[in-house]
Amino acid sequence: MEKEKIFVLMSQAIIEGQQEEAVRLAREALELKLDPAEVIEKGYVPGIQKVGELWEKGEYFLPELISSSEAMKAAMAILEPEIKKQDQGLRARGKVVIGTVEGDIHDIGKNIVASMLQASGFEVFDLGADVKLEKFIEKAEEVKADIIGLSALLTTTMIGQKRLIELLQQLELRERYKVIVGGAPVTARWAKDIGADGYAENAVAAVHLVEQLLGTKRER
Amino acid sequence: MIPPVRPKVNILSQELVHKIIDEALILLERIGVFVENEEARTLLAEAGAKIGQNGQRVYLPPDLVKSCLEKAPRTIHLYDREGKRAFLVGGDEVHFNPGSAAINFLDAETQSLRPPVTEDLIKLTRLTELLPHLDFQSTSLVPSDVPQEIADSYRLYVALLFSSKPVVTGTFRRESFKIMKDMLVAVRGSEAELKAKPLAIFDACPSPPLKWSDLTAQSLIDAARCGQPSELISMGLTGATSPITITGTLVQHVAENLAGLVIVELAEPGAPVIFGGSPSSFDLRYGTTPMGAIETMMIDMAAAQIGKELGLPTHAYMGLSDAKIIDYQAGLETSNGALLAALAGINVVSGPGMLAFESTQSLEKLLIDDAICGQALRLIEGIVQRDEPMALFFFEQQGEWPNFLAHPHTRKWHRQEHRYFPILDRNTYEAWVAAGRKDIAQRAKEEVRRLLASCSPSLPPLDILKELTSLMNREASLFGLESLPFSA
Repeated sequence: MEKEKIFVLMSQAIIEGQQEEAVRLAREALELKLDPAEVIEKGYVPGIQKVGELWEKGEYFLPELISSSEAMKAAMAILEPEIKKQDQGLRARGKVVIGTVEGDIHDIGKNIVASMLQASGFEVFDLGADVKLEKFIEKAEEVKADIIGLSALLTTTMIGQKRLIELLQQLELRERYKVIVGGAPVTARWAKDIGADGYAENAVAAVHLVEQLLGTKRER
Repeated sequence: MIPPVRPKVNILSQELVHKIIDEALILLERIGVFVENEEARTLLAEAGAKIGQNGQRVYLPPDLVKSCLEKAPRTIHLYDREGKRAFLVGGDEVHFNPGSAAINFLDAETQSLRPPVTEDLIKLTRLTELLPHLDFQSTSLVPSDVPQEIADSYRLYVALLFSSKPVVTGTFRRESFKIMKDMLVAVRGSEAELKAKPLAIFDACPSPPLKWSDLTAQSLIDAARCGQPSELISMGLTGATSPITITGTLVQHVAENLAGLVIVELAEPGAPVIFGGSPSSFDLRYGTTPMGAIETMMIDMAAAQIGKELGLPTHAYMGLSDAKIIDYQAGLETSNGALLAALAGINVVSGPGMLAFESTQSLEKLLIDDAICGQALRLIEGIVQRDEPMALFFFEQQGEWPNFLAHPHTRKWHRQEHRYFPILDRNTYEAWVAAGRKDIAQRAKEEVRRLLASCSPSLPPLDILKELTSLMNREASLFGLESLPFSA
């Protein structure tokens, strides 16, 4: 099959959230000895970008957004090891450590953000829910993260976001990371008040925020 | 005379009700429920439930669930603070109460949401006491001006101080129960009297899917042992924490509630349980939980129908809105919910006063919602045949053109047949203009101010007030609060 044609199918599979098809096409691309980095960039990325646009237009709802990002992740899981094998050095767009702060067991929103970031080419380290603040920093140091993302659903646990920033300051690590916050009770005002680097209203907005903070915005 | 028909809506076929219950029982047996609380797990294991490999998943045999269902009372009587007036919770009785534990307050002056403070909580509690169609009080706001560690007991303290109505409450901290129980005992005089005359309902929410947390399972056990009803608040979100289909969500809802019921009945056989919930249609665009969605109400109505089939008193979160201010949407969603709850015969209906999902309370909305509740209650009284014959005698007595307005029959029956809700504008256009062209929110604001200024607080007898206050002061000082934000 022609390269351009297979790229269109890949993009289509992502837009339609067809995980099996996305995986099948990724395997086919490897059999055809296509450059996996180019496959991601020209085949799959336009798909997930389109998904983001459809979400922003209000045409796509969460089930479409999530199934598409899951399809994207599945395809990437096939292609990324090949890129590593070929030692091209993965063009990772940045590393994000993400989790729901301690005392809070809610993780639906955080999962959606993590999934969307991953699907958009960021390396995501999802620590889960009810995560000790120290754990965020430990992980961020270990993987040399660019961004720490903190989720909270309860007004009683939101304070954990503030405390993490304070903790980073105490450890003199604040300058090393961009800290972003989210969750139902969280507002842009709160983010500003606690000295966070950013807040996003939803998962697609979170991708834009991370791109903006890291200066890695893709051409549309 | 023909007895009146009570208007009633059943939303599920009897066949589907049984199918849902059966599948819920299978779910509990095969998939089980995650129980974080050690004491609850021990009770369950001793009663024959299997504990999974990981030590926290519990598999409930259907026979255990059924035997616990038989122990639970079909009806409950709650008593007011004075222990005099009794409220039947069961059958098709409907009691409204304000939606509880709001974390925001709609400030009538700024029309913005802000964190509630003690003064707001006292006003809301006093207003609830004064409103005729709200039978129960609730610990309605989480005040931001006291340490979070004492927020549970502080909310109850304010409710018991400023209102005589039975109170719907709950715990956000495991440690809160003891002091809350001490307060309830202080009002009743003894533990035995508290058990004989329940004063508070404790809401306990499982975490969907199929999990009872340490905190909530403990609340079930604690409430059961002092004879206070636990309200089981399963809250699946369609497509997010439970299946997208209404029937799928109902199966999970029933399973979660039944697991809670089993814990209650094992902790204290015969302890009162209310089959409740706050399930919601999950908005797949914004990730929000619209309580005003018609599908949310359909799930509530169906759950209540199933609860009744199981022989339990019922509860739902209805009569609230997702609007952010008191506007058209606020009225329509609240009214849909209150009417449908009444038509479904749901015993405890929590919601009035609430806006913005379950997050916000408003004094003005609560006052307007009381009129909505009043109309819903009027509706379910049904149409009563008052006399025999019903119209013929007017004409026999007064000929072709009877004077209805002047007839004693009119004076005799008009207040039973027709209810008046002063907050609703039924006057002429000219009168409305003359009164300053005020919309309902403006009128409500003035009426709230007038009511609170003209009525004195409904305080308990001095000895009880003192005891409650000393309990609260002691608790507050444990968490570094030397004086409360107000003095009783």
